[in-house]
Amino acid sequence: MNPFHYVRATDTASALSSLAGHTRAHFLAGGTNLIDLMREGIERPRVIVDITRLPLTEVGNLPGGGLRVGAMVRNSHLASHPAVRDRFPLLSQAILNGASAQLRNMATTGGNMMQRTRCYYFYDATTRCNKREPGSGCDALDGYNRIHAILGGSSRCIATHPSDMCVALAALDASVNVIGPSGERTLAFSDFHRLPGDAPNIETNLRRDELITSVDLPGSSAELPSIYRKVRDRASYAFALVSVAAALRVEDGRVRDVRLALGGVAHKPWRAAAAERVLTGAAPTTDAFARAADAELAPALPQAHNGFKIPLAKRVIVAVLSELAAIDGDS
Amino acid sequence: MSEELLRVVLRVNGATHTVTIEPRVSLLDALRDHLRLTGTKKGCDQGACGACTVLVDGERINSCLTFAIQYEDKDIRTIEGLSHDGNLHPLQQAFIAQDGFQCGYCTPGQICSAVAMLNEFRSGVPSALSGPGVPDELTDEELRERMSGNLCRCGAYVGIREAIHEAAGAIAR
Repeated sequence: MNPFHYVRATDTASALSSLAGHTRAHFLAGGTNLIDLMREGIERPRVIVDITRLPLTEVGNLPGGGLRVGAMVRNSHLASHPAVRDRFPLLSQAILNGASAQLRNMATTGGNMMQRTRCYYFYDATTRCNKREPGSGCDALDGYNRIHAILGGSSRCIATHPSDMCVALAALDASVNVIGPSGERTLAFSDFHRLPGDAPNIETNLRRDELITSVDLPGSSAELPSIYRKVRDRASYAFALVSVAAALRVEDGRVRDVRLALGGVAHKPWRAAAAERVLTGAAPTTDAFARAADAELAPALPQAHNGFKIPLAKRVIVAVLSELAAIDGDS
Repeated sequence: MSEELLRVVLRVNGATHTVTIEPRVSLLDALRDHLRLTGTKKGCDQGACGACTVLVDGERINSCLTFAIQYEDKDIRTIEGLSHDGNLHPLQQAFIAQDGFQCGYCTPGQICSAVAMLNEFRSGVPSALSGPGVPDELTDEELRERMSGNLCRCGAYVGIREAIHEAAGAIAR
């Protein structure tokens, strides 16, 4: 690993000023992804600003039943927090489906959002990768691409975002509070991560000099009947091939509120807006769920080895929504 | 860039140590190479196997995916710090009784992880299986899910599982 200068930040102002003026400075939170990438030589910061001791470790109430989650809250603490388990069980379940207990004890809310893809080619410096080296090409496109994106990819990049937590945050209409030299601003969670387009090396809309301070969960998403279901190559401790975060409220035989987001299929946590449009106001039948899944997956573009993700995503969407609507989704 | 050496104070198994290291030194390497606490093992060095599991303020972490300097002022416990007055920890005893190993390389990580896991379970920490509510009984399925961060290449999982069940009972009593 390349040597670096270490700075321990004690407040957000000093964290921002320690980062300012360095092109190769990096915030360090739980370290579970960044340190691995540094060891592999994929990330080569010259300055590390340790933000784990910033006072951003609270989970607090927001007016209207929402919660504000500090950026340095550990994933394990967030998943166990009584208010999260009570009001946002989808988030708790998504977090608990990710990584291992050891890693969840280290990883933070903000760090989880900033983690990078586990595309093999991104991790292998002997191959071409537009994310690692813009303009070099993408060896995943005609390589082994079983884990890669089916939605929202580009001719430059078909990597997926690996987080489970973020899939739940996308479904829950979360928002992200950030601070930078020119002050604070708030991004909708769906605007936080980017699709690859022509610049897959730019993964979020967080500016280089900004810091995530907290994530807000709105009261309007609280206490929805919800399920997080993850399909992977082994029963635990593996990244998603496909995951579905779903919440559904049915009133008078009609879908009143539906939230659907997919993991493992795109460069960002994929909010399934097309499926939600089909379902809102419709009768909650397996037919309607299948039509919604088809609408979402119509633009899906399979690669040589990941075509299975399209029917898999459809089956998981239908099964999860059927379970929420308490009908038999296998028929 | 020149190498930067820093004095880092680590509190390990109740004793305070000062090591002079670069900031890029992991907690795992500081423990093994600088404090000569070689009980903690380096398996994959990338957070995939759990051999390097240690306890920090009672919580299990992968010591490979850290910089030691991040853990100043924390209470670090390793496999060397589990016995008490010369008596093995109940989990150590149970691993011997139930033959919870073959080559032994993953064992310190398995035991440290299980110590924290049983604490988590008793204090009602949920798992992906349990959902928001936590069951009273540590079933095989719950145990497997909660220990999935520790791999055993020998495949001694049956003995490991039995050892943890036995220790869970011994500690509960």
